[in-house]
Parts: sequence; C-alpha cells; structure tokens
Amino acid sequence: MSAHSEHAVHHPGLQHQFDNMEQQREAGAIGMWAFLVQEVMFFGGLFMAYLLYRSKYPMAFAAGSNHLDVVMGAVNTVVLIVSSLTMALAVYYSQLGNRKALCGFIVLTMIFGSVFLGVKAIEYNDKFQHNLIPFEIGGLQFKWNEMQWHEAKNRGEKIPAEVEAYLKQHEAHGAADSADVAHTEEGAHHLDKNYKLPIYSNGKDGDKELIEKHATATEKELYFKDPTIWGKKVQLFYWIYFAMTGLHALHMIVGLGIMAWLLWTAWKGRYGPEYHSPVEISGLYWHFVDIVWIFLFPLLYLLGRHFGAH
Amino acid sequence: MNTESITAIETVGEAKTPELNYLNNGFSLKSWLLTRDHKRIAILYLLTVSAFFLLGGLFAMMIRLELLTPKSDLMNTGTYNKVFTQHGIIMVFFFLIPVVPAILGNFILPVMIGAKDLAFPRINLLSWYIYILGGTLTLWALAAGGVDTGWTFYVPYSSTFSNSYVMLAGLGIFINGFSSILTGLNFIVTVHTMRAPGMTWFRMPLFVWANYATSLVMILGTPVIAITVLLLALERAAKVGIFDPALGGDPILFQHLFWFYSHPAVYIMVLPAMGVISELIANFSRKPVFGYSFVAFSSLAIAVFGFLVWGHHMFVSGQSMYAGMVFSFLTMVVAVPSAIKVFNWAATLYQGSISYDTPMLYALGFIGLFLIGGLTGLFLGAMGLVVHLTDTYFVVAHFHYVMVGGTVLGYLGGLHLWWPKISGKMYPEGFGKLSALLVFVGFNLTFFPQFILGYMGMPRRYAAYDESLQVLNILSTAGASILGSGMFLPVIYLTWSFIAGEKAPANPWMLPGLEWQTSSPPPTENFHVTPTVDFEAYDFDHIGEKMEEAKEREKVA
Repeated sequence: MSAHSEHAVHHPGLQHQFDNMEQQREAGAIGMWAFLVQEVMFFGGLFMAYLLYRSKYPMAFAAGSNHLDVVMGAVNTVVLIVSSLTMALAVYYSQLGNRKALCGFIVLTMIFGSVFLGVKAIEYNDKFQHNLIPFEIGGLQFKWNEMQWHEAKNRGEKIPAEVEAYLKQHEAHGAADSADVAHTEEGAHHLDKNYKLPIYSNGKDGDKELIEKHATATEKELYFKDPTIWGKKVQLFYWIYFAMTGLHALHMIVGLGIMAWLLWTAWKGRYGPEYHSPVEISGLYWHFVDIVWIFLFPLLYLLGRHFGAH
Repeated sequence: MNTESITAIETVGEAKTPELNYLNNGFSLKSWLLTRDHKRIAILYLLTVSAFFLLGGLFAMMIRLELLTPKSDLMNTGTYNKVFTQHGIIMVFFFLIPVVPAILGNFILPVMIGAKDLAFPRINLLSWYIYILGGTLTLWALAAGGVDTGWTFYVPYSSTFSNSYVMLAGLGIFINGFSSILTGLNFIVTVHTMRAPGMTWFRMPLFVWANYATSLVMILGTPVIAITVLLLALERAAKVGIFDPALGGDPILFQHLFWFYSHPAVYIMVLPAMGVISELIANFSRKPVFGYSFVAFSSLAIAVFGFLVWGHHMFVSGQSMYAGMVFSFLTMVVAVPSAIKVFNWAATLYQGSISYDTPMLYALGFIGLFLIGGLTGLFLGAMGLVVHLTDTYFVVAHFHYVMVGGTVLGYLGGLHLWWPKISGKMYPEGFGKLSALLVFVGFNLTFFPQFILGYMGMPRRYAAYDESLQVLNILSTAGASILGSGMFLPVIYLTWSFIAGEKAPANPWMLPGLEWQTSSPPPTENFHVTPTVDFEAYDFDHIGEKMEEAKEREKVA
C-alpha cells in the first residue's frame, strides 16, 4: 500500500515484491548466477564420471574418441561461439532500446543455435548408422568389435575368412534382427576370443606397442586378457558422450525456447534502457550453455587423438 | 518480565485487529493453488509435508511392530525390505529435507528480514508443484509395488537385480530435487537483495543465517544427486553401464556421487533446525545469542565442511585407506562448528531469564538429543571402530538422533513458536508441554536401546534377529508408540486451536524480531509499512520502545 504510494510512477515491468527496478534487476541476476552454479554441479556429476573412467581406461576412451567427427565438432564450436557474440550484441541493443537490432540478433542467435542442433543430429545419426549407440533399445546394440573388423575390411586389409563369413552373415551396418540378437552376441564373442582385434594401427604390430606404451596397468591386463570386455569400456565412453552431449543439447533446446519467448516480448517493445534484465539473464544462460560445450569439445573430441590414426 | 513490557502487551494486543490478513484474503481454492504469497505456499507445504510425515511414520510403526519379535512373522523379508525402504525414502526426501526450510523458512524468513515476499514468488509456487509431482511419482511407485533397495539405492542391486519400481521412485526423487534447488535459490537471492533498510547481514536473525547456509548446500549438492539418480534410472531403462561392472562401470562411483549429496543433505535437514534452536534459546532466555557471529559463521562452516566428509560413509566399501584417513580427520573437523553452536547455546542460557514454554522445551530437548547424536557420530567417524559398527543398529540410532532428534524437535519447536503468527491463534500450552515431554521420552526410549543393540552386533535392515536381543527391541517398540503419540498430539491440538483457539496478539511472547512487529496473522504484504531496522538481532533492551514504534507505524498506515 504505502510502499506503492511512495513511488508515484511505476515501471510496468516492476513486480509487486520489489521496491524498485534496481532491486529487481539485481535479484534476477543473482538468481540466474545461483541457477548456473547448480547447473555446474549437475554437469559436474558427469564430468566426474568422465574423469574417473578416462584416467582408468585412457586407450579405450581414445579409441572411442577417434570415431567422433572432429570437423563437425569444430564447426559446432565455432557456431556456438558466434552465437554467443550475437547474444552479447542482443543484450547491448536491448540496453540501447534498439528494438529492430535486438530482434535481429535474437533471431541470429536462434539460427546459430538451430544449426548447432542440426549438426548434432547429423552426428548422432552417423553414430546410429555405425552401431555406436551404447544403449540397448529396440534391438539396437553397441557393436564395437564388429565395426573394427568392418573398418579393417574397408581399408582393404586381409581379415580371416571365418570373420569375413561372419560379417557377411551379420551386416554390422544393417539394423540387427531382434530375434538374432542372442546369436549375434555369442558369435561376436567367439570372434573376439579367437582373432585379435585390429585397433589403432590397423591390426599390425604397432597396435600392441601403443597399448603397452599408453595404457594403464588395469587397462593393459584387460586388453590382453579379453578384448570384449575392453570393448565395453569403449561403450562406456559412448555412454558418457551421449549423456553429456544429450544433456547439453537439451539445454540448447530449452535455450531456444527462452529465445523464442524473448523474441516475442522484444518484438512487442518491452525492453529498453530502463528494463532489459530478462535479455541479460537469458544471455547469461545462453553463454553458460556455450561454455559447457567449450569444455565438452576438447574432452570428447580432441583428447586422445594423438594415440592413433582415425 | 518488567512492567514496561507487560503494558506493551496489553496495548499492542488490542491495537492490532487487522481486517485483511493473508488467511482471509481470498477463500477460493484458486486463491490457494495459484497463490504467490510465500505464507500461503508455506501452508500448502505444511499440509503436504505433514501428510508425507504421517505416511513415513506409518511405515516406521510397521518396522517396529515387525521387530517386536525375533522371527519375521508380521511380514515376509521381502515385504520388510520394501517397508524400510519406503520409510527411508519418504522421510528423507519428502519430509526431512523440505520440512524446516519449505514450511518455517518459507513463512517466516521474508518477514524476519522485512521483505514483502521472497524474490521469486512464482518460482516458489513452482517448487511446491514440483514437490507434488515428485511425491506423486514416488507414491505411484509405492502403490505399484514398492521399492526394496533401501533409501540409498546402492548399485549394482538397484541397477541390475532389484525387481521393484526403482526407476519410478528414482524419477520422483530426481524431480523432487529441483523443488529443493529452487527453494534454496529463492532464499539466497532473497537474503541478498530483499532485506529491509537497515537490516544488515549481522543484524539478521540466526534462523536466516542458517537457512542461507542450507540454501548453499541445496544448490550445490542437490544437482549431484539429481544426475546420479537420473543415471541410475537410465541404466535400468537402457542397459547402459556407468555403474554396472558387467558393462564397464564402477559401483563405487555411485556411492561417491550419492554420498557427495546425501551427506550434505544431513546438513540440509539439521542446519535450519539449528537456526530455529538459536531463535528459541535466545528468545526464551530473553538474551542475545552468546557469540552471534560465531554461531552465524558456524552455519557456513558446517555447510562448507559438510561437503568434504562424504567418504566416511564408505570406510568399508574398499576405499583407499589414505582417503579414509583424510575423511576421518575432516569428520572430526566438522564436529567443531557443531560444538560451537552447542556451547554458545549453553552460554546463552547462562544468567538468562529462562521461561519453559513449549518451544523452549523442544529446544532443550534438541540440545540433549543432538549432543548424543553428534558424539556418537564421532564413534562412526573413527576408522577403526566403524569396522565393528558399520551397518548395525548403532548407525541407525546415530542418524535418528541427529535427523529426528535434531530436525523434528527443531521443527516442532519452531512450529509452536511461530504458530500464533501462522494461524493467528494460541495453542493450548498444557498440551504443548505434554507433547514435548512425550516426544523427548519416547524418542530416547526408542533409539537409545538401538545404540546398545548395534554395539551388540544387531545388523540393520533385517526382519529377524537373535532372541537374546528381544528385550531391547521391545523397549524400542514401546518407545516408538510413545513417540508416535507425542508427535500426533500436536496435529490434534494445533488443528483445534486453528479453529477454536484463543486469538493471538501480535507479539504474545514480547520478542524483538521483526516478525513480531506485524500483526498475527500478517497481512498479505507482511508489513503495512516497510520497517526500518535500527537495532541488532535479539535486542531485548529496547523492546518496549520497539512495540510503541510498531504501533505508531500501523496507525499512520
């Protein structure tokens, strides 16, 4: 009552619990920072899992990483950094009260965000095609070992006749028949047991050297004892890859939703020099999502590339 | 009480009869379910959290009834597994964690710092709906057949072998986590930006400090359990193996991530209750808290060190011995700020003008129980002794002393203290004292024998036990029925007082806090005039003047 009468003129954006715009702006900003802190901890659990397993199985992680498309990843990194620039410019123009420029830069930000998601979709599809999906859903299976033989074959290397016959029977690129799954698994295990997998250096002698040189003791033991179980660690890499990038993509989608709302309100001319904190705090969120990717890209795509050829 | 304050009571009592307060400002269901008033949201929490408390209590009664006899005769062992799991899940995630911050904190924190509302009223309402959604999913899991993993959800049992509704319950807990994150976020922003003019950080009541520290733990810890439970649910749904050794994962990682949240979660439960106790001890000794800034900073210290001790849950999980030594040391360190609080409360009592009203009885009970709970925590933090005590009833007794003896007594004390403010009515003091007594006696009778049982080697989570342990188990069950009736009593007389109780004056106990300078119950915007604070916390010296000023302000308004 009286608090209201003290200030004769009210900005329409001022909510009832605040005394003035400055207090409201500050609350919004601190609130978003606090939210981002919890986001850091949320992703933190996954980063912890990544660090733990990477330090335990560096070669398996490198092998998995080498099957990610680093060009696509790099393109996406650039796209996101540029989107951060357009977002920052959107904030700048909201402060100036330039409605058209504000809307234009929000649209650009949304376009870059969508491009990112599009590229991500292409990458996901590629992993799907190559049976690098670590989940077991609808007859899908992670077929690391078969894929290794396939690649060796495609490179024109000589592979054992029995393996070739097996591969012909179970085309790794085709979707697996769900009735066949049990059989496939058994067969794959048989292959791994009897024929040493061609990994890293195309199945030649350098393979062993690389493992000897870089793998941890646990990993070495695993690799020379049973490559199938070692393959599970590559699957683990892909599981972490999908969990991290999937969660990140989900945040991008939420970000696009926020941008759409921002565009709508900006178009109606709600923001100006006096009131622009929604643009600012949405910008904070957008930059945060970008920064998460800045960490994901080197961790998932780049680390370990030096361990061997693609 | 001096004559000055007695006259003040009379004048203030009649001066404040507000027409419109937060309770009668709209009666429709919509005005409650879509409210943005922090006080109404607190009432929504009060009703729902109490319902969960009742449900969790029923499961506790089932456990105690089963343990009345050495054989598993009331229910089979599989059912027993589900019953204690349900008890744990409901009590921890849906009662203990929200109880003090979401009910008492939500109601009183903005009033204490002279704010009109929390910084984000809509997010506050959202957090209640998230709580309801998470709670519904968990109840659904219960109704569908329950969960039998224990509230700790340890893998690989929960991820691979359990045939119960782990995913559904996990999803419920995941969702519910965001309710507590948003509450914490709201409190942090409110304390930073919404304080009334003159309300500096070191003039804030210690309850606000405690909730601020709790909020930090909420936003830093809860996301970690959220991602952990999400990974667990995904692991069950899609057979991915981040924790499953058969698929390349490591079950110990689950324990690390789980306890990284769940140990600090203990402080989410007990810190706000400690805040309540600081209020109670100061107010009913009519003295400022001894060493105000030490008590304030000890809350922050507990929040910080609480994050560094999770490994003490894993002494026998195959954790490195050296890690164990560090965690053991840090566990001893976290006892220091807790002890600072207890010593400072004791020093506050010294030469105080103590009155033994119901809230104060709860506060004194808290100190006794927390002392035992805290000291037995040191037993469990010692690496050698814990080998004998791990997974015995000693552990069960210890954490009930801290979590129930601490949190529930703090909550009930606070609820009685602020009940006149919340309801506008006085509760019957005689029944209040009786319930406080029953709770204290019943609690000790329930859980003290469990220390002995645990020391004698009775393992937790079994439906059957050796016949030689029956006497102590009977004592414990008897105590539980006293405890249960002591806790149910307030439900009856508080409800009664809400309907037919004597009307409460604005400041029934003549206390100096800001919340007592507005009417009971407060108006929707808390204060008709935003108060200006020119006094320290617990300023009993100028209480008469303050009441006069408050009266003047109301007149002008």
